[in-house]
Amino acid sequence: MDTIFDYSVSGKNRFQLPEAGCEDYDPIPEEYCTVATVLPEVSEVEVVRHYTNLSRMNFGVDNGMYPLGSCTMKYNPKINEKIAAMEGFSAIHPLADASAVQGCLRVLYELAAALREITGMTFSLCPAAGSHGELSGAMIIKKYFQDLKEARSVVLIPDSAHGTNPASVAMCGFTVKEIPSNSDGDVDVERLRQLLDGNVAAMMLTSPNTLGLFDRNIREISRLLRENGSLFYGDGANLNATAGRARMADMGFDIMHTNLHKTFSTPHGGGGPGSGPVGVVDRLAKYLPVPLVAKGAQGYYLEYDRPDSIGRVHSFYGNFLVALRAYAYIRSLGAEGIRDMSDTAVLNANYLLACLRDLYKLPIDRKCMHEFVISDGDMPNGVTTNDISKRILDYGFHSPTVYFPLHIEGAIMIEPTETETKKSMDTFVNAMAEIRREAYEEPEKVKTAPRNTPVHRVDAVIAARKPVLVWEG
Amino acid sequence: MYTSITEEERREMLRKIGVSSIDELFADIPAGISMDGPVNLPGGLGEMELLAHMEELAGMNHGPRAFIGAGGYSHYIPALVDHLSSRSEFYTSYTPYQAEVSQGTLVAIFEYQTMIARLCGTDIANASMYDGATATAEAAFMAMRSNGRKRIVVSSALHPHYREVLKTYAWASDSVIDEVPLREGVTDIESLRERLDDSVACVIVQSPNFLGAIEDSATIAGAVHSSGAILVACVTEPMSLGLLRPPGALGADIVCGEGQAFGNPVGFGGPMLGFLAAQKDFMRRMPGRLVGKTVDAAGQDAYVLTLQAREQHIRRDRATSNICTNQGLCALRAVLYLSIMGGVLRNLAALNHRRASYFRHRLLSKGFAAAGDAPYFNEFVVRHPRAMDIRDALMDRGMPLGLPLGGYYPDMRDCLLLCVTELDTVERMDRYISEIEAVQ
Amino acid sequence: MSSIPDDLRYSKDHEWVRMEDEFNGVCGITDHAQEMLTDIVFVELPQVDMEVGVREQVAVVESVKAVSDVYSPVSGRIIGVNTQLEESPELINDDPYGKGWIFKIEVKHPKELEDLMDAAAYSEYVESGA
Repeated sequence: MDTIFDYSVSGKNRFQLPEAGCEDYDPIPEEYCTVATVLPEVSEVEVVRHYTNLSRMNFGVDNGMYPLGSCTMKYNPKINEKIAAMEGFSAIHPLADASAVQGCLRVLYELAAALREITGMTFSLCPAAGSHGELSGAMIIKKYFQDLKEARSVVLIPDSAHGTNPASVAMCGFTVKEIPSNSDGDVDVERLRQLLDGNVAAMMLTSPNTLGLFDRNIREISRLLRENGSLFYGDGANLNATAGRARMADMGFDIMHTNLHKTFSTPHGGGGPGSGPVGVVDRLAKYLPVPLVAKGAQGYYLEYDRPDSIGRVHSFYGNFLVALRAYAYIRSLGAEGIRDMSDTAVLNANYLLACLRDLYKLPIDRKCMHEFVISDGDMPNGVTTNDISKRILDYGFHSPTVYFPLHIEGAIMIEPTETETKKSMDTFVNAMAEIRREAYEEPEKVKTAPRNTPVHRVDAVIAARKPVLVWEG
Repeated sequence: MYTSITEEERREMLRKIGVSSIDELFADIPAGISMDGPVNLPGGLGEMELLAHMEELAGMNHGPRAFIGAGGYSHYIPALVDHLSSRSEFYTSYTPYQAEVSQGTLVAIFEYQTMIARLCGTDIANASMYDGATATAEAAFMAMRSNGRKRIVVSSALHPHYREVLKTYAWASDSVIDEVPLREGVTDIESLRERLDDSVACVIVQSPNFLGAIEDSATIAGAVHSSGAILVACVTEPMSLGLLRPPGALGADIVCGEGQAFGNPVGFGGPMLGFLAAQKDFMRRMPGRLVGKTVDAAGQDAYVLTLQAREQHIRRDRATSNICTNQGLCALRAVLYLSIMGGVLRNLAALNHRRASYFRHRLLSKGFAAAGDAPYFNEFVVRHPRAMDIRDALMDRGMPLGLPLGGYYPDMRDCLLLCVTELDTVERMDRYISEIEAVQ
Repeated sequence: MSSIPDDLRYSKDHEWVRMEDEFNGVCGITDHAQEMLTDIVFVELPQVDMEVGVREQVAVVESVKAVSDVYSPVSGRIIGVNTQLEESPELINDDPYGKGWIFKIEVKHPKELEDLMDAAAYSEYVESGA
């Protein structure tokens, strides 16, 4: 497979620069300057063809169903791309005077206000991704107890949590203690009671949890934490079931983050950029990262005068062009549309679950929210979750999330989102039925999949044993 | 609205599920938490109304470019960058976990890693970070993990926002920051030497620094290494790497910074493109994603996310970082930009410098004074007793000029930081000079 | 069924130790452990001369999907490491009790060996699903 470097020939690039129109009044001393050419020299048409061909080796939401659980791969409206490309937004410098950027500031202000309506919390839009929002939230926990002069060092995290949860709190010096889930997929409240003591700073809970279930003990959990003087952190990365149905603040959470690239439909971009606003209940608002956007007599402004803030977490104000798309999305949906979004996401997930329950093992049998988990538990002939996920690619779908959550062996986590039509889901169910049949009758077909993809099964072991991370010719 | 289940389909689906209404699916949400009515937001807008509303908001942002860089740089973006990065196979895909259907993203990131490593003069680079400030904080953490030391020494000419982010991260991880003062607009090397001992994990120096000056990185590297500390070189204007010697070749162990200038718009400060590059000893301590080359079952070249055991989804609370995304699309734009501009990057960088020198020269002839004599790239500081008055007067005429430095450095209240790129023509600068004459 | 040689002692964390004489032992991870980890891609070796306690972490073994700490089954001083694993971590998969050894230890309290399992006990332990 060619890389752009394989096309490089010295002297091939014809990109024409303008004349300077002036002399160099302060030549940079030679000892500071480089002589080497390190970048490829290719023609414009080669660049266009190479990347057009690369794009054809990718699978996006626009190519087909992308049931990647916990990632919320919903349709990204094209109008939002057009809006983000407007020069009145994209060419605006972050350090221009406030009077010249009132439109940008208003977008941020209105988005934070909308998120407050949806969750009941006050937001800083500075964090650039979900894990960044989570890290900011962990810092708020640390600052809160520092101010109370309480040395609490433990954060409780369920075994079903995303890896970012423990990683984020560890970066703030907290020790992680794991709480098991019970057989219904809810938090084991008895175990929580045993773990609670004066050393517990907080508990982090994903809501709905990573099995796609709404924890029925949530009020009891929040009561226990409150009585223990601990904070309750809600991983609201995915609000695609609860937005318009229930507010994070009403569930008893004190701090949360949410991922605009999930619920609010900003493109995932092949791994970013995202946006992960961090929100808190009123009594913690003074700790939010700066700046916030405020509104005064002179219009909107960046508010830095927040002495209790954990400080700055981003070069500027977060991923503005991502926030802009999320704002546009919320405005196009409106109040009714947001509820319809959650309702349809939950309807679609439960429909798929109902269709797949007789075909695959269902570790926990409950009505789900926006996603659900099946497993390879009863697959014959040594067919694994990995094999199934690769075979799904051959049928023209993206794979679900696999081997997560960790406490379910061979997990296959499916999230259709509200984007999918009944027809696309029925086609997916047929493919899953066919794969099950193959596992029994033609297991090799599943075990050697995929075949209909740009490359065959990729060897991750060779890559990790002898890492080649840069092109060497 | 973007849902498409018809009434009839809904009934059929509910029947299959075995419930009679959608409300029943939400039965696990206790009463009292479940909302009674709709959320308090305005009604939805159709595409035409939305566009009109957003055009109105965009219209509230005004004013031409203000000769401001300071961590966000306005450069020309070739048409093919927008065109190719708008292919939805790229922008509507997720992190490339399923390598078999993600070779497009994976190859582009592999190319990005290569280009960044080469420009930085390092062995490797990761798949990108949130932005320059967090990349710098992660670089410091990586250094501390490598040598087990807990003190970070940082130049006062590192971007003030980066220093603030570093302070936030350092506070959270109970590490200590020590700032080295400036001397004539560059890091005071004697003062740096005095701070170096075996408790220092790393020294962070930006070049060109926040004030635009090119630091004497080779001398700094010598001092840092003699104390056993790690040199972290930060670059906020990567265009400078087209002209200047790569930091790695000057002795930097880790190179980090902001890559926005390569094909990404300033976008009111985000998304940006943090980059992180290092010599190969750091490979397994690197935060973030890495793409590696391998083969597929048929033996052909293929690419895959690799060394994932460092990361949060496997190592959880002992991961190298909590980061789990990169800035994929911004990195793609950088690759597209560097593919088409690669062959002329040196000339483009030289053009930036030449135009900057012109503006500085003209300003110095109009009563502005230089602030230091270190060489610079495309940013520089000028001083004038009435700098703020002149700036205000120009602003009234719709000609914003530069970034006042008093808020960042109290002894620089009469200073402006100015940036000139290839977008600023000689004619434009001449118009500014005439207005400056007129308002004085 | 994974191989469990009779002449070794085993820990609950799936390490083995083979005594070469009264005080010097060789340690690695068991066949069962390498099977669970799948293809091993990297081994972080301990420092020679390091003093370690019982069940203290000494090395890290990484596969593509998992990462696992290796603990010392006994207390003592590390006197050697298998540097071949730096280039060929797959030796642990291919020959966990031979070429895939990880470190050598000078045992401080040989009595600690009695707390470890013999092959029969370890076999039962593995089958019990631990």
